[in-house]
Amino acid sequence: MQLTLHLNGIPICEEIAPDTLLLDFLRAHGCKSVKRGCETSNCGLCTVFLDGRPILSCSFLAARADGHAVTTLEGLQEEAKEFTAFIADQGAEQCGFCNPGFVMNALALFRENSDPDETEIKEYLAGNLCRCSGYEGQLRGIKNFLEWKKRGGAS
Amino acid sequence: MFTCKEYRKVETLEEAWQLNQKKSNLLIGGMLWVKMGHRNVRTVIDLSGLGLNEIEETEQEFRIGCMTTLRQLEQHEGLNRYTNGAIRESVCHIVGVQFRNGATVGGSVFGRFGFSDILTMLLAMDSYVELYKGGCIPLNEFVNRSRDRDVLVRVIIRKTPATFAYQSARNTRTDFPTLAAAVSCYNDTWHISVGARPGRAMLLTVKEPALLHERNPETIKPEERFAKYLSEYAAEHISVGTNLRGSAAYRRQLIKVLVKRACLEADRNQIRKQNS
Repeated sequence: MQLTLHLNGIPICEEIAPDTLLLDFLRAHGCKSVKRGCETSNCGLCTVFLDGRPILSCSFLAARADGHAVTTLEGLQEEAKEFTAFIADQGAEQCGFCNPGFVMNALALFRENSDPDETEIKEYLAGNLCRCSGYEGQLRGIKNFLEWKKRGGAS
Repeated sequence: MFTCKEYRKVETLEEAWQLNQKKSNLLIGGMLWVKMGHRNVRTVIDLSGLGLNEIEETEQEFRIGCMTTLRQLEQHEGLNRYTNGAIRESVCHIVGVQFRNGATVGGSVFGRFGFSDILTMLLAMDSYVELYKGGCIPLNEFVNRSRDRDVLVRVIIRKTPATFAYQSARNTRTDFPTLAAAVSCYNDTWHISVGARPGRAMLLTVKEPALLHERNPETIKPEERFAKYLSEYAAEHISVGTNLRGSAAYRRQLIKVLVKRACLEADRNQIRKQNS
C-alpha cells in the first residue's frame, strides 16, 4: 500500500507493507533516535509527535500516519538543543538510553504547559521509563531548567 | 504483534461491519492491547476516518465517539466538571500521555478488559453504548454480554444529576490497577463499580435516599458510618479473585478501603456542589 506523510517537514510517498509499525518505518528512514525499548507500550522510548501530539510509534501502524505530519527528535534539533545541553550540564542522566523518548515527551510537556509544577512534571513523564537514574536527577534537571528559563535562559 | 495482508481505513460503518463479520479480519481501536498478541490477520479495519474521534456535549448527554482517546477524556472540561474530576482521575494513571494519546474509548469498552479503569468509571455513570447493529443499550448490560462481531460506535453518558468519585490502588505507578473503584450517587441510588477484581468490572447498586439529606452535625459523622456500611456491603457482594497483582483476601480489604474513600469523596463533592 502507498503511504504519504511529512517526516520532519519532508514529504515522503512510498510503498509499505500494511502491518509496518511506524517505529520501523522511521528507523528505516534514518531516524535512529526512535528506539524499541520494551515492546509493551510502556517505556516511552519510541515517542514521536503525530501532528504535534506525542504517541508511541511502537504501537502505531505506519499506515495510520497517512496524510499526517510525523516529527522525531531528528526534526527538533533546534528546539531540543537548549534543553538537552542543560540536562547534560546538570548530570541528570546516566547511560542516556532513554534520553530521546524523555526529551521528546519533555518538549511535549513544555509546549502544553510552560510552567508545570512537580506533580504535573511527574504525571506527564510517568510513561518514560529510566532504569538507572531513579528519576531524581531528571526531575531536578527539569525544575532547574524551568527556573533558568524563567530568569531569562541563555538570553 | 499481529501480521496482516491488508489495511482498510473504512469509509462507512456498514463497510466496517461487513468486513468485521469475517473472523480472519480484525477491527482495531488504538491497537495498544491487540499488538501484544500474535495473530495472522487478513484485513485490519480502521475506523479513524469516520469522524468518531470527538466528544459531543449536548444539554442532556455526552456523546463519545469510539475513536476518542483516553487523553481527550482526561482533558475534557465538560466531562470533568460533570464528574468532579473523577473521569480524569480514572485515566491519568494509565501508563503515560503518549499511551493515552493512542488508546481509544471504543477499544477499552468493547474489549471489556478486567483491568480497565475507564470501564470501571463508566459503569458507575448513567452510560450506554451505541452498537451499529445492536442499537443503544445500557453499559451494564453490554459489559456482561459475550463478545460478538458488532461495531461499537459511541459511548453515551446521560447528564443525570449525580456525584462521583474514583479510586484505584496500584502496586507501582503506571501498572494495571490491583483494584479500581468508582462510586456515584444518582436517582437516590448509590452505584458502586469495582474493576480489576481481577475480572471485568461489576456494578452494585444500593438504594439509599437518606444519606445525602439527613446530616446532623450533632451525631458522630453519619456520612462516615454510611460509607463504612457501603464499603462493607460491597466487599461482601462483589466477588474477587487472585492473580499475580494481589490475592482475593487482599482485594476484599482493598474494596473496603477504596469504596469507603470514594463514598466519602463523592459525598464531599455533593456538598460542594450544593454550596456552589
